[in-house]
Amino acid sequence: MKILAMDSSGLVASVAFLEDEKIKGLVNINYQKTHSQTLLPMLDDLLKTLGEDPKDIDFLACANGPGSFTGLRIGVATVKGLGMGLCKKVIEVSTLEALSLNWPKAEGIVCPIMDARRSQVYAAAYTFGENDTKPVEVIEPVNCEIGELLERLETLGKKVYFTGDGVPVYKEFIESNLKVPFVFPIAANEYQNAANVAILGKIYANEGKAKDACDVTPVYLRKPQAEREREALLNA
Amino acid sequence: MEDVYILAVESSCDETAAAVVKNGREVLSNVIYSQIDLHTLYGGVVPEIASRKHIDKINQVVAKAIEDSKTELKDMSAIAVTYGPGLVGPLLVGVSFAKALSFASNLPIIGVHHIEGHICANYIADKELEPPFMCLVVSGGHTHLVKVADYGEYEILGRTEDDAAGEAFDKVARAIGLGYPGGPKIDKVSKTGNPEAIKFPRAKVGGSEYDFSFSGLKSAVLNYLNTASMNNEKIVTEDVAASFQQAVIDVLVGHSMEALDRYGFKKFAIAGGVASNSSLRAAFEKACEDKGVEFFLPPPILCTDNAAMIGSAAYFEYKRGIRHGLDLNAVPNLKLGER
Repeated sequence: MKILAMDSSGLVASVAFLEDEKIKGLVNINYQKTHSQTLLPMLDDLLKTLGEDPKDIDFLACANGPGSFTGLRIGVATVKGLGMGLCKKVIEVSTLEALSLNWPKAEGIVCPIMDARRSQVYAAAYTFGENDTKPVEVIEPVNCEIGELLERLETLGKKVYFTGDGVPVYKEFIESNLKVPFVFPIAANEYQNAANVAILGKIYANEGKAKDACDVTPVYLRKPQAEREREALLNA
Repeated sequence: MEDVYILAVESSCDETAAAVVKNGREVLSNVIYSQIDLHTLYGGVVPEIASRKHIDKINQVVAKAIEDSKTELKDMSAIAVTYGPGLVGPLLVGVSFAKALSFASNLPIIGVHHIEGHICANYIADKELEPPFMCLVVSGGHTHLVKVADYGEYEILGRTEDDAAGEAFDKVARAIGLGYPGGPKIDKVSKTGNPEAIKFPRAKVGGSEYDFSFSGLKSAVLNYLNTASMNNEKIVTEDVAASFQQAVIDVLVGHSMEALDRYGFKKFAIAGGVASNSSLRAAFEKACEDKGVEFFLPPPILCTDNAAMIGSAAYFEYKRGIRHGLDLNAVPNLKLGER
């Protein structure tokens, strides 16, 4: 099975090519250019380097959120265009679940946190049991205050393995407030990585979860500001 | 000569649109998904909401455009997309999608300037129209008086220094309680109003002699409303709308006719969403007739945002050998004629 995967939900643009058990190629760019300038050229380069024809892939996979609204849409719009042009199905993978593979088989709770600004995070938590083939969700993907997340992690009572671009932002806060043991990743392991998207994509493809390109949609976990303000006004 | 088929995508504001255009002038399909009802709740376009809607609809709109055209993706010569000017979030959806589709189907990608698209709507409306001519582009985001020297060659003679004409329509409509979108609503109620009831100013501005300014006019309307309300005078909405609209039209027609005299063009065209205003169309028709200048105007469906016009503009770019790369980006403040 050949899967072409991408993640542009955060600072890093990442594309990966998986064939069966192997990640044949992975390109990450963490640079000032926008994802709209980098993502597709990276994908083109990767396929050319591997000598792969895009028509031969079986599935596309895309991290569909949460994350930067614009970044998510660049990735999702790209995968929707590819899916339509190549007539291939798409597997949506949660950005947070993909991040959790930065700590594969950690004995405790893996907690990806993404900076959502204004002391908020996008976060979830997962465990990996010995016989699990994929992460098991113990806190569903949420958009909440960092303090609220730490309280929920404490109730789980296990060591927490953090990852995600929220780590450098909330490191000090976590160190001062979290009452259960925790570990931070090495800096390079904080970021999104499309290889993780490809690995989970393969699992979900085997579970029959691939979708038509037209049905792929970003998961924002947060309503647009104008909509929130309007609702507040209507409820007042 | 081989026929050129362009699949065009437009998502610069609040319309998700796709079209298939043959040889720049023949529209084989023109699909527009308008989000206007959604944005009416907010009194104007909310960029984040527009972006979310674009990504929900883009595949369906493009698929329908291909289906309606009775062609297939493999029949296309190129894929075109608006890459500016416009709202960056909405533009990025169209640009990212169109680039990916072009990559997947091995077709060239051509980025198109939104205003050039509006101008090219005239090539669709009149198959005989050829440059050179002068064109006034008036929409919610733009007010440009443009010299069209040749296909793909533009020179701006005048532009708005502040609000676009359509923006002034929206703001005034809101002030007199007509709501969003202002253009069609003011057009409608003005039909029963007196355009000479209130003397609103016709602004001349300092920059280029053909530049426009509409914020002073908008303020004059707001002042009139405030004063009238303080003095407990009855406000006749129809008269305010008609008098405001007349002031806008007088300035647009006045500047355009002066520029026509100066540059000696024999053809004049209008384009953009505000060009679907019925009084504006009538005023230009008469002014051009009086001058013996041939007048061109697209039907309203080609005046508001659509992808057929983008497909037409892309055809002329295609013929000039213009192609973009996979790194094509959205450029929210893209200048006319900039590559």
